[in-house]
Amino acid sequence: MDTIDAKLAKIKLLKMGAEACIFLSEDWYGRKAVIKMRIPKAYRPEALDEHIRRYRTVHEPQLMHEAKQAGVATPLIYMVNVPQATIVMEYVEGQQVKQLLNVAGKHERHALCIRIGESAARLHQHGLIHGDLTTSNIILNPEGKLYFVDFGLGEKNIELEAQGVDLHLLKRALQSTHFQLWEECFQSVLSGYTSILGIAQAEKVYEKIREIERRGRYVEERRQ
Amino acid sequence: MRNAKKTCLGKCCLGIESSADDFGVGIATFEGEILANKSDSYIPLEGGIHPREAARHHAEVADKVLGEALAKAGVKPSELSVVAFSQGPGLGPSLRTGATVARALASYLNIPLVGVNHSVAHIEIGKLKTGASDPVTLYASGGNTMVTAFESGRYRVFGETLDIALGNCLDVFGRSAGLKGKKGLPVGAAIEQLALKGTKLVTLPYVVKGMDLSLSGLLTAATTALQKGDCTLEDVCYSLQENAFSMVTEVTERALAHTEKKEVLLTGGVAANKRLQSMLAIIAQEHEAKFNVVPLEFATDNGAMIAWTGVLAFKHGLVTPLDESFVKLRWRVDKVDVPWIQ
Repeated sequence: MDTIDAKLAKIKLLKMGAEACIFLSEDWYGRKAVIKMRIPKAYRPEALDEHIRRYRTVHEPQLMHEAKQAGVATPLIYMVNVPQATIVMEYVEGQQVKQLLNVAGKHERHALCIRIGESAARLHQHGLIHGDLTTSNIILNPEGKLYFVDFGLGEKNIELEAQGVDLHLLKRALQSTHFQLWEECFQSVLSGYTSILGIAQAEKVYEKIREIERRGRYVEERRQ
Repeated sequence: MRNAKKTCLGKCCLGIESSADDFGVGIATFEGEILANKSDSYIPLEGGIHPREAARHHAEVADKVLGEALAKAGVKPSELSVVAFSQGPGLGPSLRTGATVARALASYLNIPLVGVNHSVAHIEIGKLKTGASDPVTLYASGGNTMVTAFESGRYRVFGETLDIALGNCLDVFGRSAGLKGKKGLPVGAAIEQLALKGTKLVTLPYVVKGMDLSLSGLLTAATTALQKGDCTLEDVCYSLQENAFSMVTEVTERALAHTEKKEVLLTGGVAANKRLQSMLAIIAQEHEAKFNVVPLEFATDNGAMIAWTGVLAFKHGLVTPLDESFVKLRWRVDKVDVPWIQ
C-alpha cells in the first residue's frame, strides 16, 4: 500500500468538518486531490470510534462508486487507506449548491433543484441512500456537471423509510440554510424526483416523508 | 440613575412553567436578575408522566408555589408588571393548568400576559446564566433533543431526534431495568452512577442521519441486551450512554462546524450528566469554542426561564391577548420570532 505520509507535508487544511478533516493536495502525483481524513474523536470510547471511522471509510468509496453506476457524478477515488481512515479523491472544481442557491435567479434555481431531485431519484432507484443530502454536499462544476460528495453517512437500502428520511433531510437542510427559498426549491427537487421515478413510486416516498414528519416531536400535523 | 435594588421596585415579570411534570414559578427583574425560582414536581408512583395526574398535581400546588416565589422575591402581587407562561410545547393538560393560573393572575392584576415558547426559554435562561451570547445549543431533556442556533431572526433547528428524546430514552430504559427515580435523583442519574462501573462496551446501534439522530432503536437494543442476560446492567448503562451521547455530540459538532459559531451551550435535564458534559467540552475545545453548561436549577424545567423570556418578549412589545393565549402543544422553536436578538 502506498504511503500518504510523504505527501502530507504539502497539503493544506480546507475544512475541519465534524466528521472528518478535509485537506487539499495541489500535487497528488500530478493531480489536485482532496484528502479526507477521519481523525479519532476523543469524546467517543476508542472501540466505538474505531468502528465508526473504519466503517465509514470502507463504505463511502463503495457508495461513491455505485453512485457513478447509477448515473450520479461523484469524485474519482484515488486511494483508500483503512487503518488511517483516509480517502484520497479527485478535487472537483466548482461551487457548492449552498452558495449558488442564494445568488441564482429564479429559473437557474429551479433548473438546479430539478437536477438535484433527478440525481437523488437515480440514487434511490439503485438502492443507494446518500445519508446527508445538504446543499453543501452538492457541487456544480464549471462545465455544468452536478457532483454529489460526502457519502460518509450513506448506506445501501431499498426501503421507502430510508428514501423518505433522505429526502426529509434535504428538506430540512433547505429549511435551515435557505429559509426564504426552501419551499420553492423543494418543490423543484420533488418535480425532478418524480420525473425519474414516476408519479406512483414518488408518491409513495412522499407519503413516507409525511409519515416521518408526523412521527417527529412537536409537529403541527401530527395526530393527537 | 440608581442601580436596581434587589426588589421589584423597578419592573418585574412572574413566569409560570408547567409543560410536563414540574410546576414552577420564577420572578425576574427587567434587568435580568432572578429574584425567585420555585417549583414542585409530580412524581409518578410508577411508569412515566400521566398527563392527567400531572395536571392534577399542578392545580394542587399552584397556589403554594406562587406564594413561595412571591415570598422569596419579597414582591407583592400588585408590584408585578407582567405575567409570562409556558405556552408550549408540552403536555396539554399540564400546559393548560399553568396557562389558566397565568390568565387568572394577569386578569386579576390587570397586567399584560406573555405566552412564551418553552424551548426558547431554555436557551434564553442558559444565555443569561452562562453569559453566552450566540451559542450552538444542545437542548436535551425528557421531551426534547435538538441542536439549535440563531440565524436570521429565529432559533433554527440544525439537528433533532427523529423519534424519542434523549431523556425519554434513558428514563424508559432505566424503568425497564427496574431503576426508580426519587425526588432529587431522577432515573437518568441512577443510570449515570451505574455507567461509571461499566467496563465492557456492548455493541448497540449508532444512528446518525445527516444532522438528525434516532434513539428508539438504541432503546430497544439496550433493553433487549439486558433481558438476554449475557451482560451486566452496569455495562449496558455504560454502553447506552456512550452510544447515545456520542450521537448527540456528533450532531452538535456538525452544527458547530456548519455555523462556525464560537460558543456551545448545553441545557435541559440531561445537561446534569457529567459524561455528556465532558464529551461536549471536548468538541467545543476542538473547534475553539467556549463550552457552557447551564446550572442544574435552570437547566431543568423552571419558572425563572419563563419569567426572563417574558421580560425579553415584553420589552420588544410582544404581548399575548387572552383570546390568543390557548396552549400550543407542538409549538416548534423554529416557528418563533425572537426580535430581541440582533
